Amino acid sequence: MPTTNAIEARGLVKTYDGKRALDHLDLDVARGAVCALLGPNGAGKTTAVRILTTLTAPDAGTALVAGADTASDPMAVRRSIGLAAQDATVDGLLTGHENLTMIGELHHLGRKRARARATELLEQFALTDAGGRLARGYSGGMRRRLDLAATLVAEPEVLFLDEPTTGLDPRARNDLWDVLDRLVEGGATILLTTQYLDEADRLADDIVVVDHGRIIARGDSRSLKRQVGGDQLHVVCADGRDLDAVTEMVARIAGVAPSVDPAGRSVTAPVEGGVEAIGALADALTEAEIAVEDLGLRQPTLDDAFLTLTGAPPDEEARAPVPASASEEQR
Amino acid sequence: MSAQAQTRPTFAGDTWVIARRGLRHMRRQPEALSDATIQPVMFVLLFAFVFGGAISVPGGGRYKEFLMGGIFAQTIVFGAFGVALALSHDRNNGAIDRFHSLPIARSSVLAGHAVANLIRALLPIVFMSITGFVVGWRIHAGVLDILAGYGLMIAFSFAMIWIGVLLGSLVATPEGVQGIAFIVIFPITFIASTFVPTSTLPSVLKTIAEWNPTSSLANALRHLFGNPGGIAPPGAAWPLAHPIAYTLIWAAAIVLVCAPLAVAQYQRSIRS
Ligand SMILES: Nc1ncnc2c1ncn2[C@@H]1O[C@H](COP(=O)(O)OP(=O)(O)OP(=O)(O)O)[C@@H](O)[C@H]1O
Ligand SMILES: [Mg+2]
Repeated sequence: MPTTNAIEARGLVKTYDGKRALDHLDLDVARGAVCALLGPNGAGKTTAVRILTTLTAPDAGTALVAGADTASDPMAVRRSIGLAAQDATVDGLLTGHENLTMIGELHHLGRKRARARATELLEQFALTDAGGRLARGYSGGMRRRLDLAATLVAEPEVLFLDEPTTGLDPRARNDLWDVLDRLVEGGATILLTTQYLDEADRLADDIVVVDHGRIIARGDSRSLKRQVGGDQLHVVCADGRDLDAVTEMVARIAGVAPSVDPAGRSVTAPVEGGVEAIGALADALTEAEIAVEDLGLRQPTLDDAFLTLTGAPPDEEARAPVPASASEEQR
Repeated sequence: MSAQAQTRPTFAGDTWVIARRGLRHMRRQPEALSDATIQPVMFVLLFAFVFGGAISVPGGGRYKEFLMGGIFAQTIVFGAFGVALALSHDRNNGAIDRFHSLPIARSSVLAGHAVANLIRALLPIVFMSITGFVVGWRIHAGVLDILAGYGLMIAFSFAMIWIGVLLGSLVATPEGVQGIAFIVIFPITFIASTFVPTSTLPSVLKTIAEWNPTSSLANALRHLFGNPGGIAPPGAAWPLAHPIAYTLIWAAAIVLVCAPLAVAQYQRSIRS
């Protein structure tokens, strides 16, 4: 039965040395959608990507990618996907152009078309000048771009990008985001993983938060932020003696008791209408003639998200272990 | 919107694409290239001129002519090492994952490495032949024997590739591969008739050397090229008396045993 989803995973389980990397993960990504798997180190993001790209088999569960079953028809899956692994796997001893040509040839485009496609992609990724140089001389950002270009050689239906912007400087990161935007406009389905909420927010229609191999939250960025707690009004007093007065003002505007950090002279509270709240607070501060060092809206960080969603900090040691009994059961 | 494949996928075609990549790697790694070119040439020159006068060949004959069979054999046995290194590099830097996400038979990755390394194995053989000739090595044999000699070298190189694949799949890191090469392969090539006749070795080493396939390969080449050391004295151990047969048995055994093991181990090494 044809499906409208580009990715459909059901009950994926993967255990490494008795440790659950994936614990009954279900995932649907509609055609043309961008889905972000968001999670801390060791959450199981890479494991999920490896299973969906046929690099490894799950212990239990099934996955359809571009309509093909990863277990029974991996070749069909591989024909329809592009993978940019977590560590850019460009071949340092080949030039940028040779890297892309080789991938094209292995996608059976034929050498001539593979070459033409390589030239085209180098231009698209602003690598034309570097295309004749060995890739080991590329900067981290150039490697990432080449890696991404390599995933696009055969114009795949579904793209898997495992932490595509890790290790990039802010500008390179923005450039990459722009490239991904254009791909999405072109109709590609993208599953990307990231450790950054802002990145998931910027790129994805659908954010899936994973931890311990399980989905702990999902939704678009707005609904997720609502679960996480939305914007935080954050003010740092210039003088610690104003702290009580400011706390009272913030409490009135936010309608909840703020959290106060006396050492940092800061007051923080979740607010609904962020911009109006900040305006109201600024007016109140001006009227009371209280000087502040910093006043603004803070986006929830990944830490905030995990505190809220898991009730525990994203720290390996602090986390409750997965019950061992669960690892035996099969779906 | 998937781009249609333009050519029919074939195992040979994919293998050749990956083999070409391997050959490019060799060209662009000065260390690897010198292993295959400068090093064997230096060995020929060093042994010919440094030890040439000190070592006497049983039954007479010139040491330079005795030496060549041994140095060919050693270089060919070392050939295992190149594939092992290439494979473990690929396993460690994610290249294998990249290939396995592409619509190609996974075995073509292994086959590509094997083909590239077989071609690479020919390089030092050519270089050493030329150097040997320049320093005075001569072949005293007919065309058929010469062809058989070079054919035997290629056959044994092919066998060694499977040992290399096994090594590259068993050992997790390139450093580990290098360690094993030094601790295992290096002594194997020396406790043999590579540089000295086995008759000069103390008794235990002598027995090991007599049954060491490096010796039989060296002796088989000496025999086929009509060089000293190629004819075993009466009463010699069976491998010395039948070096060609013994070498071929080893080559076949290595392929029959190591190739399936290597493929299985390679698949295990990439599964997780
Ligand atoms: N090949 C493997 N062998 C053993 N354990 C593994 C293997 N791959 C993953 N794991 C374990 O599975 C868990 C999930 O790992 P995974 O790489 O999927 O996490 P991740 O979300 O991608 O993390 P990161 O953000 O660090 O990349 C981790 O505890 C990891 O140690
Ligand atoms: Mg990962």
